Amino acid sequence: MKKVLAKCYIWLLLAMLYAPLLFIAVFSFTESRVMGSWAGFSLKLYQNLFSGNVSGGTALLSAVENTILIALIAAAFSMVLGTVAAIGIYNLKGRARRTMQFLNNIPMINPDIITGVSLFLLFVFLRFSQGYVTVVLAHITFCTPYVVLSVMPKLSQMNPNIYEAALDLGATPAQALWKVLVPELRPGMISGFMMAFTMSLDDFAVTFFTRGTIGLDTLSTYIYADARKGGLTPELRPLMTLIFLVVLVLLIIINIRATRSKKATE
Amino acid sequence: MIKRSSWSIPYLVFMLVFVVLPLLLIVLYAFQDATGRFTFSNITHFFSDSDSLSTFAVSIEVAIENTLICILLGYPAAWILANQKYNSSAVTVVLFLMPMWINALMRTLATAELFDMLDVPLGKGTLLFGMAYDFLPFMIYPIYNTLKKMDKSYAEAAEDLGAAPWTVFWKITVPLSLPGVMSGVLMVFMPTVSTFAISEFLTNNKIKLFGTIIQENINSSMWNYGAALAFIMLVIIGITTLFQGADQTDAEGGVI
Repeated sequence: MKKVLAKCYIWLLLAMLYAPLLFIAVFSFTESRVMGSWAGFSLKLYQNLFSGNVSGGTALLSAVENTILIALIAAAFSMVLGTVAAIGIYNLKGRARRTMQFLNNIPMINPDIITGVSLFLLFVFLRFSQGYVTVVLAHITFCTPYVVLSVMPKLSQMNPNIYEAALDLGATPAQALWKVLVPELRPGMISGFMMAFTMSLDDFAVTFFTRGTIGLDTLSTYIYADARKGGLTPELRPLMTLIFLVVLVLLIIINIRATRSKKATE
Repeated sequence: MIKRSSWSIPYLVFMLVFVVLPLLLIVLYAFQDATGRFTFSNITHFFSDSDSLSTFAVSIEVAIENTLICILLGYPAAWILANQKYNSSAVTVVLFLMPMWINALMRTLATAELFDMLDVPLGKGTLLFGMAYDFLPFMIYPIYNTLKKMDKSYAEAAEDLGAAPWTVFWKITVPLSLPGVMSGVLMVFMPTVSTFAISEFLTNNKIKLFGTIIQENINSSMWNYGAALAFIMLVIIGITTLFQGADQTDAEGGVI
């Protein structure tokens, strides 16, 4: 009885959480301008999306392209910077280590708007013209802490002697880095990269303040501008539905694999 | 050979430029007038401007209500998810986190349109509903994590010594899970105060939150007043983090 109640509660909550997403998905199969009014089943919006014939021109597609490109670049830089930083912080002691960890926490504690406004003021102060570069720099700023946090545990699990052993056996520091350190840290680096990538994809506020006035749009800023103009581009509906499906499938695969490998090691 | 602790230097320099200096600039701009002279007028303006003050009060109120709603809805969910008896699959947990990967603005707009279709008037109620949608995963996940890591033997010991299930829950489970609740609160409260866009979409521009007035000032080139508002928020963040204590990083580490 208790079990049934518990299950009901969970599924009720999930149904609420997913209602808006289902709403988008359902109305991606009709041609009507606005969600909520059904104008018969049609795959027209999907066709438009794939043929690039989106209402309002190429703006939506280039926003998607920018979003992915910015996220890839920011996540790659964050991964390198964060991994190097984690190795450094791990080898620090006492107050220096605590200071670095404190600084690393700031971008995670700060709400997006504070990060956005503060970086906006920085670029204004340095008279740095805002655009692609400033958005990427801003994304690296709030993504790197997550990489540091996911690489640190791998460092403490690692046997510190194997790096020294490689050096003693004649490896150059570069070889020891590539052949010993990086393979040991790889799981942490990958999960840090993934986290940075998703944080960047999802960001709205920081991009909004650092993109300048050159008309650079990511998916978030595009949706924001679109909604303020009144009426969302209908092709956003099939786009969101597809993103939703891809993420769902990916997450379930990752999770099933994770539980399998966990069971295998047990 | 160079010491490996020196590997933290590039990141230190990076953070000084992109984290510390920008925050100092907020303080600098907050205490300057448009010509760059030192002044308190931005701060005094905030405390004498009834519009800003009422927006601030409304934001705090909405944030408190949203945080409470998230705890009330999220705690039982986290408890059920962490309990082997009721939930044995990790996929359900993933289902709760999954909406975080979908653009928040798009979700919010869909929520607003869904209310529209159901003829629910947009206002305070829909705002709280929509906010709960957006922030519930951030409350459930840290609580779930602490409950999952919790040492079960305390609860078992209490049971063996004759405590009723309800007593075990209130005297053992709840106190031990408080760090998770605290990091959930941290991830819900300030972000709620500072959201912009979301509140406008969910209330048809009827309710503005603090984030919106910061954005409006910055976008209309009132940088100094915008910075002053951001500074006030920074002070509040500083105070809440002090209350929170330093050891919340474990609970948060690793969102995937």
